[in-house]
Amino acid sequence: MPVKKRVEMRKLPVEERIKSFNEVMLGLTEEQAIEEAKRCLQCPNHPCMEGCPLNTEIPKFIKKIAERDFLSAYKIIKEKNPIPAITGRVCPQEVRCEAKCTLQRVGEPIAIGALERFVADWAMREGVIKEEVTKAPSNNIRVAVVGSGPSGITVAANLAKLGYEVTIFEALQKPGGLLIYGIPEFKLPKKVVECEIDHLKHLGVDIQTNVVIGRTYTIKELFQNGYRAIFLGIGLGMPRFLNIPGENLVNIYTANEILIRTNLMKAYLFPKYDTPIKVGDIVAVVGGGNVAMDAARTAIRLGAKEVYIVYRRSEEEMPAWKKELINAKEEGVKLQLLTQPIRFIGDKDGRVTGMECLKMQLGEPDASGRRRPIPIKGSEFIFKADTVIIAVGYRPNPLIQNTTPEIKVNEEGCIIVDKHCRASMNGVYAAGDIILGEATVAEAIGTGRIASTTIHQDIREGRI
Amino acid sequence: MIKMNQILDKRELAPGIKEMVIYNPNIASKVKAGQFIVVRVCEEGERIPLNVVDWDGGRGTLKIVFQEVGVSTHKLGKLGIGDLIMDVVGPLGNPSEISLFGTVICVGEGVRISAIYPVARELKKAGNKVISIIGAKSKELLIYMEEMRGVSDELRITTDDGSEGRRGLVSDELRDILESGLKIDRIVIVGSAMTMKMCTEVTKLYHIKTIASLNPIMICGMGMCGACRVEVAGKTRFTCIEGPEFDAHQVNFDVLMMRLNAYKTEEQMALKRFLEGGG
Repeated sequence: MPVKKRVEMRKLPVEERIKSFNEVMLGLTEEQAIEEAKRCLQCPNHPCMEGCPLNTEIPKFIKKIAERDFLSAYKIIKEKNPIPAITGRVCPQEVRCEAKCTLQRVGEPIAIGALERFVADWAMREGVIKEEVTKAPSNNIRVAVVGSGPSGITVAANLAKLGYEVTIFEALQKPGGLLIYGIPEFKLPKKVVECEIDHLKHLGVDIQTNVVIGRTYTIKELFQNGYRAIFLGIGLGMPRFLNIPGENLVNIYTANEILIRTNLMKAYLFPKYDTPIKVGDIVAVVGGGNVAMDAARTAIRLGAKEVYIVYRRSEEEMPAWKKELINAKEEGVKLQLLTQPIRFIGDKDGRVTGMECLKMQLGEPDASGRRRPIPIKGSEFIFKADTVIIAVGYRPNPLIQNTTPEIKVNEEGCIIVDKHCRASMNGVYAAGDIILGEATVAEAIGTGRIASTTIHQDIREGRI
Repeated sequence: MIKMNQILDKRELAPGIKEMVIYNPNIASKVKAGQFIVVRVCEEGERIPLNVVDWDGGRGTLKIVFQEVGVSTHKLGKLGIGDLIMDVVGPLGNPSEISLFGTVICVGEGVRISAIYPVARELKKAGNKVISIIGAKSKELLIYMEEMRGVSDELRITTDDGSEGRRGLVSDELRDILESGLKIDRIVIVGSAMTMKMCTEVTKLYHIKTIASLNPIMICGMGMCGACRVEVAGKTRFTCIEGPEFDAHQVNFDVLMMRLNAYKTEEQMALKRFLEGGG
């Protein structure tokens, strides 16, 4: 029997996309969702679940969609995942659950991500999110959650439901962590994040913005203030650089600066909003990951004429997910592959005008399993650009480590935890990027779930 | 009842230079000389980094001084006593290094005289002999004169037009002191990038340890965006979490000035629009 074709999500037309920050992926209609759900084979061994860091009961919720019982589908997802409207949008399903789908072998896998998003959006629209709150009576035990990204949201939600008095400390003016300042509006509308944050407030979580742990309070002061456990979901707060000459020229940005100006400060609405942003005509984005794609697509929307992804390996080795790369290319982002900048060049006012680059060729695979880029001797050339965005990764912010050396970190600066997410200081726990290095939203939720379970156990069993 | 981030007092120190007292006990109990806060006035507002110039841990108050130069500082200046500032974050940056050095020169220029004030005060408290040099364009724009006099063993004043003190720049006065052969153990400079550069060129000749408090464009204030990066000893450093004070002899002031100009056109355009719209 031939396998039915996968139902593809509608997208905003390219010409509309590049002129606005409106969401690109438009979601499935009810009928589309049901049609797609009906393609699921309901395999008894559910291989898709192995691909999910959250172990979501994928076949079960898909079955409920096929039966048009969206509320039950939502409840099934919510058991394992506090923020499905977000993971449905920003999870790499193509290499996770969908890659394991049995249908993958005979055709296209089930659109698990699209279905998850459909259910979550339906629940948001119907307002069922708030009705779903079941909360134990308060146990009067205070827990501090530092950072309001995906892992912090997970820990706060789980512990609040168990009756803990949870306070989230967020350094920026708005909660959500990288979901707010990092991921662009056109991929993850901020109202979706706000909805999930509202859910936390509804659970009784106290959210204190503008508090920088390590500056406003230290970890020790939080303990003195009566918090029994402290969870650190602080992510990777600092951008990496190429460490080549000229990187401080004007119009060379970190991806974070472009994203923070645009997403958090809404600079794309300047001068209605006071924070300005500008990109020139030719933008070079250095790096090949998802953040590079986000920055490149943002630059297109900010009016750049040409935007290039400058990457030192070939397209195949790019860490960016396929769906991100496809969207970027559709919007006109070009690839300048096998190219390594070695020096930035500027004019007399210190504005960048280009980069001296080396052409690369691929050698044997390195530790990451990807083929190693090797410079070709004498291949130096000038790549002209009047704006450069550096998107070559992140490292931990040292603020907490500096004030609390008891919390041991590895040579990269990531917090060392045991397999239950306990840090080396008693009563301190961590999850997400700050223990994993650069990972995904789903892994942040997954490790956050482990941390919340451990915190609950340690408190119940009197260990802290 | 006093609310968090409420403005308790406001004064105009000079045309376009305002001082505000803000209620924020979290920061007031914690802040040290040399540190700053980031404020945001409204939903559309920028994040503005401002030095904390004084504080009272007991009353939970802190003091800021700012010059109305762009849209954001104009908006801040429009707030009055009793109003709330939407966001106040801090204390940010590393505190100034305070210990007994011996004889210290504290240089403050323009609106940033207010920012050298707590540093001079703490250095004085630590037992140093404090010689302060403060300067402004004219007498009218000279702020914190009495405050500085109160924490200095000696106060020297310069104005560009000679309307108060010596006619000239703070760097001229600094050069004269160093030329006089007086033994100076440390110099701290807080001023515009150009002033700090000029002063640093003077102190380099005498090989005296010099500290400058840098003032680049800053957004997050906590190490995330890299907008405030500067070049110190040939390396990229973040002013917000590694500064704001650096060894002035190692700072590339040209890079600092270049980067400060990055958004000049946009800033002027926005200010024009703001003022034409009635502010």
